[in-house]
Amino acid sequence: MTATALPARISTGTSRQLAGTGALLRFNLRRDRVVIPSWVAVTALLVLSLPGSLRSVYSTPAERADIAHQMLTNSSLRATYGPVFSDSLGGLTAWRIGGYAAILAGVMSLIVVVRHTRDEEESGRQELVSSAMVGRRAPLTAALLTAFAADSALALLITAGLAGQGTAGALALGLGIGGVGMVFATLAAIVAQFTDSGRLAKGLTGGLVGAAFVLRAVGDSTTNDASSPATWLSPIGWLENLRPFASERWWVLALFAAAALLQGFLAYELAGRRDVGMSFLPSRPGPANGRLGTAAALAWRLQRGSVLGWSLGFLAAGVAFGGITKGAADLVGDNAKTREIIERMGGQSGIEDAFLATMVGMFGMLAALYAVSSVLRLHTEETTGRAEPILANAVGRLRWAAGHLTIAFAGAALIMLLSGLGLTLGYGAEPGPILAATLVQLPAIWTLGALAVLLHGLSPRLSPLSWAAAGLALLLGWIGPALNLPQAVLDVSPFGHLPKLPGGEMAWGPVAVLTGIAVVLVGVGLTGLRRRDLST
Amino acid sequence: MTKAITVSGLHKSFGRTPALTGLDLDVETGEVHGFLGPNGSGKSTTIRVLLGLLHADSGAAQLLGRDPWADAVELHRRVAYVPGDVTLWRNLSGGEVIDLYGLDTSRRADLIDRFELDPTKKGRTYSKGNRQKVALVAAFASDVDLLILDEPTSGLDPLMEEVFQRCVEEERDRGRTILLSSHILSEVEELCDRVSIIRKGRTVESGSLADLRHLTRTSVSAELTGLPNGLASLPGVHDLDVQGHRVRLQVEADQLNTVLRSLSDSGVRSLTSKPPTLEELFLRHYQEAE
Repeated sequence: MTATALPARISTGTSRQLAGTGALLRFNLRRDRVVIPSWVAVTALLVLSLPGSLRSVYSTPAERADIAHQMLTNSSLRATYGPVFSDSLGGLTAWRIGGYAAILAGVMSLIVVVRHTRDEEESGRQELVSSAMVGRRAPLTAALLTAFAADSALALLITAGLAGQGTAGALALGLGIGGVGMVFATLAAIVAQFTDSGRLAKGLTGGLVGAAFVLRAVGDSTTNDASSPATWLSPIGWLENLRPFASERWWVLALFAAAALLQGFLAYELAGRRDVGMSFLPSRPGPANGRLGTAAALAWRLQRGSVLGWSLGFLAAGVAFGGITKGAADLVGDNAKTREIIERMGGQSGIEDAFLATMVGMFGMLAALYAVSSVLRLHTEETTGRAEPILANAVGRLRWAAGHLTIAFAGAALIMLLSGLGLTLGYGAEPGPILAATLVQLPAIWTLGALAVLLHGLSPRLSPLSWAAAGLALLLGWIGPALNLPQAVLDVSPFGHLPKLPGGEMAWGPVAVLTGIAVVLVGVGLTGLRRRDLST
Repeated sequence: MTKAITVSGLHKSFGRTPALTGLDLDVETGEVHGFLGPNGSGKSTTIRVLLGLLHADSGAAQLLGRDPWADAVELHRRVAYVPGDVTLWRNLSGGEVIDLYGLDTSRRADLIDRFELDPTKKGRTYSKGNRQKVALVAAFASDVDLLILDEPTSGLDPLMEEVFQRCVEEERDRGRTILLSSHILSEVEELCDRVSIIRKGRTVESGSLADLRHLTRTSVSAELTGLPNGLASLPGVHDLDVQGHRVRLQVEADQLNTVLRSLSDSGVRSLTSKPPTLEELFLRHYQEAE
């Protein structure tokens, strides 16, 4: 009797839905054994290196109080970094790096969740896994637990590493950053139910991370205590409102928990209502006849969605940050100290120009991510075997690559122009100088894109390294100035060599040299692509 | 007439793993050539070398009289290829994919009809067999001299397999050359003029099916009036199985006469003899060198 009763009891419980979660979690952690630890370590190191470098830049409490005051009273600086709530080393660390670390945690979490849910279904591997002793809800649970493990590790490292600055503040900052990660992990879990492509799910959730940053920036430009509704709409704004190292408001943590639980619940409900491999946005029939006559047309058909997404995102973010810039002149007391801070941020003269130059630089570094992802379509097409039938046709490797590369390099110019247009619209100024400034970023963007061409051309196995290069450039640009890093390190990023526009002197030398480097890298990469075996 | 494909002494290694170790292949213009071998024996690697996707380490390969690596693009105008594992773009319809390859529209319509393919479905919604149909329609509708088909029917149902065989025959009648890699031996027997069998990266047998049969054994089963006598001592006899008056054996082609004489000496009541099937050939080649 017991032998027949046992399966019946299991079949009614949730335990059956979750069967195999433990095994899947271990499997996920094993698959991510390089990605998660490196991402967590880089993010934690960034945060933990801040107190030391802040102390070396602002060595006395008086200096720190001064910078805190300057930052708090200027709306544009508040928009960039958020308001300062405490001039202690811990408080300044949370202010300067908290939001960026939260973005890194959010991006890591969304990648982890989509990678173990929608990507698996898309590739068909999920069918194999689900045919084993694995419950219906187990894959999603295991994916969320994987993200939870990564975010917990990050929170723990930050708490332990910053405990010297104040245990409560360190705990609040760690939990807040991890909390932002979990909010985007569960959000990605919802998005992954709607799209049938992992790439789209990551892109959409990544766009939401960007929107959270813009909301916080817009909110913080209007208030100096993070109390604006726009700030409260953003999980990154919640981290500010948690006020680590400045009489913490612990109840804000409940927001993270509530959002993560609510979103997680929604994702579960949605996942339980659909079939494996299906999505809520149904697939419509396509044309019976194609008009894609060339490899370039095919490349455009494959990439147009992502170009459109980046274009809209850059235009909207440009308008938002252009609007914020108007407040930059509200500075109380245009003293030498502030000028030093502004120059550190990258400007040469004029607060508003300096702020615009910072924004343009930020857009440039983000556009490098676009360029790399667009170039690496070559990698995806090759490794999935879809390039093979194209190349077995009368299409040479160069022509096949040229289609994707044109979209990568011209697309970067397009989105930079749109960001400049957005900035102009939001700021309400002459478009000329701003558009020129956005276009001056292109040689650095192209250099990073060209590095991706080179690596892919030499060996597809190397091509993921181009993400590391673009990520490094982004980190150096964001954090480098605050860390007071030696110039030799900052010079690693191609963006460090560009003239600071608008406001600065135009320098054709570095622009020409970087463009030349990009051309050479593309040339060598394409030569490699022509000579090597195709990987399948 | 130039040969469509000539390959001699082809070597290719991936790192330390050898994939091809001196492969030879000759395909005459206008023939359907079967390309057989166990999984992992190097069939797809050979095809990728012939398509200029991989660079051979050593050895010579010519496709339609030209170098498949250096003249890849010009050659590919005259070649159509169906990969063994067809992956499509998830958000492109089958029709869009077929039309990527500039082709004959009336043949396209006819083939879509015969293969019963819905060209409006998106790539992600096709089953394996339907993805293969997309690639097959694109290949058969294109105006080329050489078709390279890498296990093209592994996902097709028997009806579609039949359609596929008709299409191959039509292509041959038009004078096109076809290299068909396949595990479906009945298909190869039905369609192919000549076959090459490869094993561990080298060619172990090549020739017409008749030639290959000649090299191997005929299976004979007989019911005798008397008891068999001395069969076991005859040369060229294998797998002898005697049960009273019933005899089953395999005999090498050049010894068939001797064996028949010996059987008729014992008095034959009934006799069936079967030429070796490709399957037996295949199994013998695959197993003997284990």
